[in-house]
Amino acid sequence: MTAAIEIENLVKTFGRTRALDGLDLTVDVGEVHGLLGPNGAGKSTTIRVLLGLLRTDSGSARLLGGDPWRDVEELHRRLAYVPGEVMLWPNLTGGEVIDLMGRVRGGLDSKRRADLLERFELDPTKKSRAYSKGNRQKVALVAALASDVELLLLDEPTAGLDPLMDAVFRDSVHEFRDRGRTIFLSSHILAEVEALADRVSIIRDGKRVDSGSLAQMRHLARVAITADIARGADAIKKLKGVHEFRTQGERVEFQVDPGDLSGALAALAKAGATSLTSHPPTLEEIFLRHYSDESAPVAS
Amino acid sequence: MSSLAGTRALLRLALRRDRVVLPVFLVIVVGMVASSASATIALYPDAASRIEASTVINTATSTLAMFGPIHDPTSIGALSVFKIGMMSVLALAVFAARMVVRHTRAEEETGRLELLGAAVVGRRAPLTAALIVAVGASLTAGLFSGLGLFGTGLAGGGSAIMGAAIAGMGVVGAAFGAVAAQLTTSARGAAGMATGAIAVFYGIRAVADSASDGALSWLSWLSPVGWYQQARPYAGDRAWPLALLAALAIVLVAVGYALATRRDFAGSLLADRAGGATAPRYLGSPLGLAWRLQRNAFWIWAGTFALVGAMVGGLTGSVGSFIDSASMRDIIDKLGGAAFLEDAFLSVEISFMAIAVTIFGLQAVLRSRAEEVGLRAEPMLASATTRLRWLGSFLVVSLAGSVALLLIVGTTAGLASAGAVDYSNQVARVVGAALVQIPAIFVVIGIGVAGFGIAGRLGFAGWAALTVFVLLGEFGKLLNIPQGILNLAPYSHTPRLPGVELSWSPIIWMSAIAIALFVIGFAAFRRRDIS
Repeated sequence: MTAAIEIENLVKTFGRTRALDGLDLTVDVGEVHGLLGPNGAGKSTTIRVLLGLLRTDSGSARLLGGDPWRDVEELHRRLAYVPGEVMLWPNLTGGEVIDLMGRVRGGLDSKRRADLLERFELDPTKKSRAYSKGNRQKVALVAALASDVELLLLDEPTAGLDPLMDAVFRDSVHEFRDRGRTIFLSSHILAEVEALADRVSIIRDGKRVDSGSLAQMRHLARVAITADIARGADAIKKLKGVHEFRTQGERVEFQVDPGDLSGALAALAKAGATSLTSHPPTLEEIFLRHYSDESAPVAS
Repeated sequence: MSSLAGTRALLRLALRRDRVVLPVFLVIVVGMVASSASATIALYPDAASRIEASTVINTATSTLAMFGPIHDPTSIGALSVFKIGMMSVLALAVFAARMVVRHTRAEEETGRLELLGAAVVGRRAPLTAALIVAVGASLTAGLFSGLGLFGTGLAGGGSAIMGAAIAGMGVVGAAFGAVAAQLTTSARGAAGMATGAIAVFYGIRAVADSASDGALSWLSWLSPVGWYQQARPYAGDRAWPLALLAALAIVLVAVGYALATRRDFAGSLLADRAGGATAPRYLGSPLGLAWRLQRNAFWIWAGTFALVGAMVGGLTGSVGSFIDSASMRDIIDKLGGAAFLEDAFLSVEISFMAIAVTIFGLQAVLRSRAEEVGLRAEPMLASATTRLRWLGSFLVVSLAGSVALLLIVGTTAGLASAGAVDYSNQVARVVGAALVQIPAIFVVIGIGVAGFGIAGRLGFAGWAALTVFVLLGEFGKLLNIPQGILNLAPYSHTPRLPGVELSWSPIIWMSAIAIALFVIGFAAFRRRDIS
């Protein structure tokens, strides 16, 4: 499988701050890849380097087989970009902006344009200055999703969308991927990436700390368990692989390493459990592990 | 919540944002007023020379149209402020108007005010804070200009009137800004509207002052700029016309508040209409976009230039007869160039237009800066648009638009003056005189492009250069600035057509400099980060 994006040991400094500090990243063709990190981790900088808007200090970045700084025209015909904060020309209508963006990119599918306008419930005759933040975002998303490109770069794409539109957006992204195209999106919203991405890279302070499919990531993480038991809480607490054990009356809550799950379940059975819920770790929990300072980076 | 709540916080914010612009502007205005007055006093030591100079001014249509008459030829004060007085009241009025828009509508349009509006900010607070800043700046400029004039040894009464007029015109400008900011949703439009209103009132009095035999002098009373002139500093010292300025300002501010409290947030009196659901064919390239962004401004400029060209051409016939004496010629030279023959009159007026065209050209090319700051450059540069094409599109609109405006003003002035002169090819002569301004204009646009290319915020170098060149051209000789420095202004090298031999060498080397500046700007822009 070829890579749509290949970044190796990339460094970008702004004055004294190292926004990207030896970043490595690979995005395969045909996947939805999420770039996850807190504010200031270097997500937007990464995307702006890929767009040739920023010069890098060292390291290499390849985009669709080309050099993002040099091959601007050729590469940009094959991609569409939606910035995190969408600003439009105040006296152009939404429809005019969509057409303009499509034309300067190299083509728009007019059927898909009409379809997306309808699904996003966007009035294209309104002047841009009259649009809310969410509607401005919709304009940029329609323009990007309706264009005939191989790669979508989305910087925090749903920040202004309501839940209903969020679902429309999710479907559109998956349809886009199902046509064999690639989507690279950044986010600090875990639920968004969870719902959209096939694979995730987590970055912190301009470095990648982890990368893999969500299944692989869960494999690394503990299982969270909540149970009501009649007795023997102390025995469970002492089990191998059990962490962050808490009791609240008859209720116990703890996390357990995946390899020690069966032992914990046996202990729960012996303790006379009357209820049991377990859930896979949310990205929130993965996130916390990677961003809490004592945790060491884990390679997948 | 009181409708004024939060005014103090907004005022502090505004003062902080303007902490550089405001003092720099005030120092320039006060410095120019005081220094040009003291230079004039030194230049005309006795009554005879003053009367001679005033007579020249009062008979030259070009100076009458631009600065108005001198009401007392024996008064050194009146001679000292006839030019700088007009320029500083206009500068103050435009500055104050734009300042009010900047702190009201511009903040609203970018959404920053909304951020504050959710906190404790009353409905009248933003306008009040903006007016306090603009009125405060006007009063400060007036006070120190008056003191500066008095300090040069001019009469106290006249200095007080002149200072009050500067302050008063600033306040009227602020009041225009207060109304315009409520009328449209775009700050650009509001600033243009207020500036346009001031320009129209300036034009009204220009017609009144330059029409032959004072036939239209009553027109002057329809214009606040005319009221300033009627206050006649150092030539009668009338305070009551200044009361008209105050009354107008009060009415306009009241209208501004009434509109501000009645409209929606970010709404306006002139509502936005719906537009096309699809883009017209031309709007599919960076050039199409650059044109679309400048289109409205261009047509307004084009209409204005057509009118002004016709007016200037029409006045050519009433240009006074040539006065042939060495001292007269010397005076004319110090006033900024020969101004008597029809050709010389046209030449002076067209070189004045060249500066206006430069303003259009600079703002058209520096739209790129606004696009970058407004985060609208990024989506275009993320498309198949190279940086060269993107910046080049703004430059093409700027250069082509400038040439088109020169053609318009040259053609209308040529047609309107054809009857007054004996040349059968008058239109071609005047169009030629207009087109010969191109290299100097392009040099200043080039300075803006080079600055923007190197680092976005350096785009203002174009505006700084234009200001310096205009001041050098208008006051350089008066202030005895060395010729070497005066030569820095490209406008001073433009051949003074029509009526003189066209020399090609300044045209060639100024064009070369302009091209070099464009190349520097583009080369630097290719290398830098986009913010």
